[in-house]
Amino acid sequence: MIAYIVRRLFSTIIVMAVVAFFVFSLLYLTPGDPAAVIAGDIATDEDIQRIHARLGLDDPFLVQFGRWVWSLAHGDLGTSIFTNLPVTQLIGQRVEPTVSLTLCTLVLAILIAVPLGVVAAAKAGTWLDRAVMSFSVLGFSVPVFVLAYILILTFSVQLDWLPVQGYRNFRDGVWEWLRHLILPSIALGTVYVALITRMTRASMLDVLAQDYIRTAEAKGLAPEQVLIGHALKNAAIPVMTIIGVGVALLISGAIVTETVFALPGIGRLTVDAILRRDYPIIQGVILIFSAVYVLVNLAVDLSYVLFDPRIRY
Amino acid sequence: MNQRAASFRSITALIGAVTLAVLCTPLVLAQGQKVLKFIPQADLRIIDPITTTAYITRNHGYMIYDTLFATDAKFQVQPQMVDKVEISKDQLTYTFTLRDGLKFHDGQPVRSADCIASIDRWSKRDALGQKMAEATDSWKAVNDKTFTLTLKRPFPLALEALAKPSSNVPFIMPERIAKTDASTNITEPIGSGPFRFVKEEWVPGSKVVYVKNTDYVPRKEAPSWAAGGKVVKVDRVEWIYIPDSATAAAAINAGEVDWWEQMPPDLIPVLAKNKSIKVENIDPLGSMGLLRFNFMFPPFNNQKMRQAILYAIDQNDYVLGIAGSAKNGHPCYSYFTCGTPLASEIGAEPLKGKRDFEKAKQLIKEAGYKGEKIVIISATDQPIVHAQSLLTTETLRKLGLNVDLQAGDWGTLITRRTSKEAVDKGGWSIFHTWLVGPDVTSPAVNFAVRGSGQKAWFGWPEDAKIEELRDAWFAATDPAGSKKAADAVQMRAFEFVPYVPTAQFILPTAYRTNLSGVIIAPITLMWNVEKK
Repeated sequence: MIAYIVRRLFSTIIVMAVVAFFVFSLLYLTPGDPAAVIAGDIATDEDIQRIHARLGLDDPFLVQFGRWVWSLAHGDLGTSIFTNLPVTQLIGQRVEPTVSLTLCTLVLAILIAVPLGVVAAAKAGTWLDRAVMSFSVLGFSVPVFVLAYILILTFSVQLDWLPVQGYRNFRDGVWEWLRHLILPSIALGTVYVALITRMTRASMLDVLAQDYIRTAEAKGLAPEQVLIGHALKNAAIPVMTIIGVGVALLISGAIVTETVFALPGIGRLTVDAILRRDYPIIQGVILIFSAVYVLVNLAVDLSYVLFDPRIRY
Repeated sequence: MNQRAASFRSITALIGAVTLAVLCTPLVLAQGQKVLKFIPQADLRIIDPITTTAYITRNHGYMIYDTLFATDAKFQVQPQMVDKVEISKDQLTYTFTLRDGLKFHDGQPVRSADCIASIDRWSKRDALGQKMAEATDSWKAVNDKTFTLTLKRPFPLALEALAKPSSNVPFIMPERIAKTDASTNITEPIGSGPFRFVKEEWVPGSKVVYVKNTDYVPRKEAPSWAAGGKVVKVDRVEWIYIPDSATAAAAINAGEVDWWEQMPPDLIPVLAKNKSIKVENIDPLGSMGLLRFNFMFPPFNNQKMRQAILYAIDQNDYVLGIAGSAKNGHPCYSYFTCGTPLASEIGAEPLKGKRDFEKAKQLIKEAGYKGEKIVIISATDQPIVHAQSLLTTETLRKLGLNVDLQAGDWGTLITRRTSKEAVDKGGWSIFHTWLVGPDVTSPAVNFAVRGSGQKAWFGWPEDAKIEELRDAWFAATDPAGSKKAADAVQMRAFEFVPYVPTAQFILPTAYRTNLSGVIIAPITLMWNVEKK
């Protein structure tokens, strides 16, 4: 097991090195010049060239890349071209809202989707199953931003129950923190709920058709015990896989959600950095996203052991 | 089994207790503090108002810095940090004395040396500052409160330059900060202005926090634009950047913010229904749209082609396209901001009145247009730019020109417009933008009207005559002479066509009715604003 984890962590480093190279190359080739953005609309050529030189953007590709990798090797993600603040500090400021949003969404999605999937499978072919599946199709079809606006209009503007925008830190009080996350989590989580519901239902249907389930039922076990104690545990592996893969979905969805709800998270930091060509931030954030993605999937792989004792690493 | 159940109950009880305790934790709020929550026009990314001309940074500058002089609503220069100024009879020596009680946010007094270093740094970046520097012999500190400016030759605009209201504004910083290279961003936001910047609470892309500078000594006069008493009536100002306009509208509707600096015209009806919100035009000068040509390549290196466009552009369309309604804009057939002393319609005949497509086509024929591709670069994330680009594309197509509209984002546009290549190698023919009213009031600040070739603004027009006329304007010593010289610049501009003015428009502001004292000015200023 330990050897497996070490191997996977080592491969993570290789993956991130490849990502780093591609990200840097793509940004180098992307049109747009941060010096022009910094100088402002009424700058002259001369102003832009001066800033360009100061930022070292005139240096050849390999020199710039080497400089960046060297800093990275020393744990330094660089400094924002615009704000002059360290990228680690900027990312640090944004971690809490994004992690909070992602966790709330994940918890909400699992709490809703798994029971829905189990019920739909248990009542396959009934009106309940069809209702759950219709909800699932709807969840897939409605774009995050449309749902977000509907939620804002209904629960914030009309009913005045929840805030329109912004984020409160956990240390400001759990209720304030939660209040600011409820609507974003619903907006972001709906598609995730749809995905996990469908996967749970399909996986459960497979398991429910197997012999040992029939044996359990023949032994006189209660339907709930059969469903939860026997079927769900065995159906969990594909569901866990989807949850892991869905993290990428969640990260991309977080960018839209954070923009609509004005949450100061990493998603918005990324979009802002891309729009103004703040290369150090873009590079730093993408590296962190890729590391998170790889590590979450590692955690998912390791979690299989909990569900299926036959799996050994 | 019983043991397990007991353990489970204990754990559940513990979780419940912790959750309840945390949920009941009161919010740490400063009691009785008046907090003004404001949605700015853009995100504050650069805190140095000298290295960038971005308007959001200029507005930030007005929060934390002060100026030696300021321009008031009557376009008159008024002393601000300066108590008195004496001008020698030969107009070559200016002696400035600072007011009492001026202090920087770090507690240090404002000294002559700080003012001299700040003006020196500003004059390395600002066009009007550079012009003044050309005429300057020296700046000298007489003592900590008095300093002199000695000129090589009279420069009648010296005080106007020091009172320049828009980017770059000659803000005063401590000498040690003002000694920073003029193209390197400063990192210490310390001024002597009415608000202090709370750097620890700055979350770029989301929130900027200012608190009242309790040491600030305001002037006694009533506020007028950036002049007069800067009396702060709130304890704290939070700039909350909300990039999505629908969310911003919902936030002000729900009372989560107090003031939205610039709202898109299409949302006016949404907010107008709410009786707790005022939608107003507080900017008396508005902004000026413009269509800029690339003078380096055909077809717009030909004067007749540029003149042809003047005959076809209908400013009324641009007003509607940009501002959504005639209430928020109007045509302005002048190269200087309409409503300011130098504005006139002299020479503007080709741009006003009924549009003459036949005349335009005739000029295109005379120019020998051979169907060269015209690339209009646009930015879809900037509605003002994109609306103008779409209208120009349609107008040019009506004239039978070969137009290719290439839309990207603003970051791409402002990079691409620096390209001096032909259109087939990534160059461009036309781009649009807009400038705030104070940036277009005279030949001194209207950089787009200049014809200084490779040193000119993007598009690089070269016209010695317009430069001569601009210099003659600088030499004018009285208002009548200044007006006459400005008219001459405009006459030449309508002949040479460095750009086409497309419209004058105002983006309205929205604020909750519990706010009062919002200053009518072409810059958003936050002193004098009271929250009840």
